[in-house]
Amino acid sequence: MAKTHAGAPPYRPAGCAGVSLPKSTKPPISGAEIRMLVYPVIDTHPCGNDVIMEDRGFLARRELQTLIDALKHAGYRVVAPRVVDHAIQYLDLDHADQLPHGWQDTQAPGSYRLTQSDETRCFAWANGPQALKPYLFKSREVLWHSQRETDGNLSFHTDETEPQALAVIGVRACDLAALALHDQHFLERIPDPYYAAQRKKLLLIAVHCSHPADTCFCVSTGDGPRAQSGCDLALSELDDGYLVEVGSPAGESLIEALPLENATTEQHAQANAQIEHATRAQQRSLPSRNLRDRLFVRLNHPRWQAVAERCLSCGNCTSVCPTCFCHQETQVPTLGGDSSEHVREWDSCFTQGHSYMHGFIVRPETEHRYRQWLTHKLGSWHDQYGRSGCVGCGRCITWCPVGIDITEEAYAICGTPPADGGEA
Amino acid sequence: MNPYLPREAEIVERIQESDNTFTLHLRLTDDRPYSFEPGQFNMLYLHGSGEVAISIVGEDPAQRLLTHTIRVLGRITRGLAALDVGQCIGLRGPYGRGWPMREAEGHDVVVVTGGLGCAPSVSIIHHILEHRDHYGHLSILQGVKHTDDLIWQAQYDAWAALPYVDVLLAADVADPQWHGHVGLVTALFSQLRLVPDKTIGMLCGPELMMRAAADGLHALGLPPQAIYLSMERNMHCAVGHCGHCQMGAKYVCRDGPVFPWPEVRELLGVRGY
Repeated sequence: MAKTHAGAPPYRPAGCAGVSLPKSTKPPISGAEIRMLVYPVIDTHPCGNDVIMEDRGFLARRELQTLIDALKHAGYRVVAPRVVDHAIQYLDLDHADQLPHGWQDTQAPGSYRLTQSDETRCFAWANGPQALKPYLFKSREVLWHSQRETDGNLSFHTDETEPQALAVIGVRACDLAALALHDQHFLERIPDPYYAAQRKKLLLIAVHCSHPADTCFCVSTGDGPRAQSGCDLALSELDDGYLVEVGSPAGESLIEALPLENATTEQHAQANAQIEHATRAQQRSLPSRNLRDRLFVRLNHPRWQAVAERCLSCGNCTSVCPTCFCHQETQVPTLGGDSSEHVREWDSCFTQGHSYMHGFIVRPETEHRYRQWLTHKLGSWHDQYGRSGCVGCGRCITWCPVGIDITEEAYAICGTPPADGGEA
Repeated sequence: MNPYLPREAEIVERIQESDNTFTLHLRLTDDRPYSFEPGQFNMLYLHGSGEVAISIVGEDPAQRLLTHTIRVLGRITRGLAALDVGQCIGLRGPYGRGWPMREAEGHDVVVVTGGLGCAPSVSIIHHILEHRDHYGHLSILQGVKHTDDLIWQAQYDAWAALPYVDVLLAADVADPQWHGHVGLVTALFSQLRLVPDKTIGMLCGPELMMRAAADGLHALGLPPQAIYLSMERNMHCAVGHCGHCQMGAKYVCRDGPVFPWPEVRELLGVRGY
């Protein structure tokens, strides 16, 4: 498919281009646009700490390697998006030229395609199948070992290895929101030491999303396209480089190594126009940010059966979902049987084993499993973590082999108020 | 502190309670303190096989003994049943929210159990008998499918002989020697003389039985918030991380296993939750 690469989106909000920072008393643009133009932006997202992202200047694209080198010099393992196996994947990276220069994604229900042009941008795509989740909540991890001694005694031990500090470049707003949710799940109440160990050594360089996919709906969930909190640096990608914002002391010290130039008003206007475009380009949405009550009064809605007839119960959606956290714990004994590893691996509520209880399956039918997934993600998540478990990344739509669309199902089930007046 | 790491526990005594049910008296081999509240559970680990959530029947602090009564139902419980005195398993816990023993002070208590639901409720009875002046009348109702499934007959007889304690037993299918009720445990409710506003109900058993018992106690005048249920779900981590035990918004391992009826009533008996 021939694609015209839109390095800079054609949309420009009226009055944005060429506007100066508000030193006059009568700015020629609206207050809302001023707030987008002028940093700091004060975050009020319920999941993040209030963070002030502060504008620090412009980094030319040729200086990306300086950023990577600075991270490596500071002892970080650097992970960034790369095109591998026809998908954007967050992998170890040494050189800036490994970034996905000129690549764009086209996503649709059950479809993910990459195309490359000769454009220079590295982040002109929405997302890939995974981002941060596998680095903090690993798909497979040994929790402890059991050792049976010759006298029959058992001993238990863990591998006490400190993870290397990790810097991730190119994190999206949706993935930061998902990370905040995993922080709640894995760090509050009873902290998970494995998640916590890497989380403490994590540096995040976000890139505001300028090219949402057709499957994206982060505006609807309130999580994007701008990365507003929870990152150390945030970049706005322009044709020739990046506007740099700082969100933490770690980010502050990192930019000392960067040859930043003063950003121009035009560059700010361009960056804001891109965010505006990314906001308006999104066509999908959820009926409401809180569907809890609407879902739980519709547990017998005929749509559950209708979606179950299409759903393969494969668990792809839960694997790519950045907030799904279910995991199983299994034993992997050695052949001799004297030692055994206790392993945790990602699990999915779409498997039969997920609800297994001594000879009884709580959710034997696909209908029960899809309903469990959706009523948890969009419903009971509110009771557990104070917000929906969906960050609008659209991955479950793209990577569903039969193209089931969570937004379509949510509208089918919750779109109209129930007759019994149980409206949320 | 790693919440997933078990401790070593040695089997000090093993009792075969019935064809498929056995009791292990365990002693932790380390010096770290251990205490539990009635209704909490431990994760027991069989080397090379995995962990299983088992309620705590009781303890003997003087001898540092913990008691678990286990029915053989799956791979791990079958393996645990094959172990002998002197062998070691892993143990971590206790986990979860137990029975409302403090809220029940000054109240009569009705304990309704079905099958091996009697095991998590023994700790209620022990607690009440150890703090006898804190509680009123104690009614113990236990139902089994078949009289052969009834364990601890001598214990029930001993409790029945105590003042201010009633023991009522029921079996769906009875052998000729059976003197108890034949039928469902909830049919025994007609023999209860409750003071509804000063009685707490504590239920443990199959969900169908607990639903019927909760409805039955409510019909006798107990308010819903005075009825407590001990729930059971698939559990791997026991600390609210792995996601298996969720029942709506509740993590049964962490928020339960004991719930006031109103907290779980909405989804109790809804297929798929």
